Amino acid sequence: MSNLNALMPVKLHPKKFLSNPLMRMIVSTAVIIGLWQGLVIGLELPSFILPSPFAVFEKLIDRHDVLLRHSWVTAQEILLGLLLGLTMGLIFAFQMLLFKPVKRWMLPILIASQAIPVFAIAPVLMLWLGYGIASKIVMAALIIFFPITTCCYDGLRNTPRGYLDLAKTMGATKWQMLRHIQLPAALPAIASGIRVAAVIAPIGAVAGEWVGSSEGLGYLMLQANARMMIDEMFAALFILSILSITLYFGADTLLKKLIPWKA
Amino acid sequence: MLMSANSLGLMGQQNAIGIDISGGYLRYHNSLEATIAGLNVRIPAGAWTCILGRSGCGKSSLLRYLANLLKDTAHWQGEVTTLPLGNSKHAIAYMAQEDLLMPWLSALDNVMLSTQFGSMPSRIKKTQWQFDKAHSLLQKVGLGNKANHLPEQLSGGMRQRVALARTLMQDQPVVLMDEPFSALDAVTRYRLQNLAYQLLQDKTVVLITHDPQEAIRLANQLYIMQGRPAFAELLVAPTSPTPRNFDAQCAELQQTIMDRLEQDYE
Repeated sequence: MSNLNALMPVKLHPKKFLSNPLMRMIVSTAVIIGLWQGLVIGLELPSFILPSPFAVFEKLIDRHDVLLRHSWVTAQEILLGLLLGLTMGLIFAFQMLLFKPVKRWMLPILIASQAIPVFAIAPVLMLWLGYGIASKIVMAALIIFFPITTCCYDGLRNTPRGYLDLAKTMGATKWQMLRHIQLPAALPAIASGIRVAAVIAPIGAVAGEWVGSSEGLGYLMLQANARMMIDEMFAALFILSILSITLYFGADTLLKKLIPWKA
Repeated sequence: MLMSANSLGLMGQQNAIGIDISGGYLRYHNSLEATIAGLNVRIPAGAWTCILGRSGCGKSSLLRYLANLLKDTAHWQGEVTTLPLGNSKHAIAYMAQEDLLMPWLSALDNVMLSTQFGSMPSRIKKTQWQFDKAHSLLQKVGLGNKANHLPEQLSGGMRQRVALARTLMQDQPVVLMDEPFSALDAVTRYRLQNLAYQLLQDKTVVLITHDPQEAIRLANQLYIMQGRPAFAELLVAPTSPTPRNFDAQCAELQQTIMDRLEQDYE
């Protein structure tokens, strides 16, 4: 069997070839682009409804300076929003864990706050924080705040009882218990919160840009749409999805490295 | 192996502690019925006391009470005297059925877990002495070459051996064991019993188990807990030195215990 494997060129081995996630992604991207192009040709869609993938690609190269400048703004909003939302969520979760009254009073407010769509708050944020980057950072932070807080709080609360018992018999104080047992035990749960946050933070940032801004990918998309430059809109959309995917896989890889044990 | 216990000055520092319980009564706050009542148990210093009983009979509750883990959840009456008098109630190490290794710590760090806690956490001054002690304990349980492995890279038997090393690191005069070998296969269990016996020689050990064979192999003092609420009854343990090889006397005792335990299932 091993001899046979050695003789066969690896590239032609379909199972092995597709076991690499990167390869799978390339293959599925190629298939999607193929279908897209087929749709454009087959239905004879005009380019202001659905531009061909090649037109979009051309736009990506032609306007790369503009696209890059706006991407950088959106990326900043997303990353800073993530940072802010993460910090707020962690602080909140710790407060609820350590001070029971805080939990009793804050949890209902927290849940009620989620009933108001972040999009509805966006105009108010523009009013208070201006058209600049700040309002978008807060939007992104607000949208990830809830999942981070709940994941972190659940993680901290659901420490296996045996761990706590053991630490207690070793004479751990409340603070030592939190620092050495509860926090590390909660890390896998917090990590799933961060993964979710990495996916939805871009939504907050772009929605904020739509409501009112002078730069960023969301702004660019609106402008392009108004001027019927659909290919440019798709180019911006393409970059945005690349940004989100990179962010997710980046976070995922980093977290797997930092938290190598299973939950 | 005998000399190793004292050669490094790891053990035998404290005088062994015995515990006397008389008229023990335990009721959980959320329950109307008592779990334990009229319990009299004498745990002699420096020996193995095995407490047998079916699952759910209250033997774990007794151990958890002794480990001071039921302070907030249960009501206790009765006298608990530690001998010699005046010894701290907290001079215990606790070993559970699960190994309770922290999955984020290496085997070595798990062994050293107790050094993080207490009034003088040694995070700042994790001394060379503690490292050496933890290393030598890992070597004693035969895992000297696995010091940097995470728990998930170790087998169940290895993990329980790390837990044993962690217990020894605490170096407390009383060791409370709640069925620590029950999740292991027969041969691994047998070897771990021998290892624990060797390494815990001058400790006062309370071993909770539902396995009569295990109790008979290891007990200097043998109790059976049964009834509802549960009480304890002293059985005559064989006089031969532990850990015992199974002979006719042991087999006979096992039959007696089985008969007794069976009554409790009705």
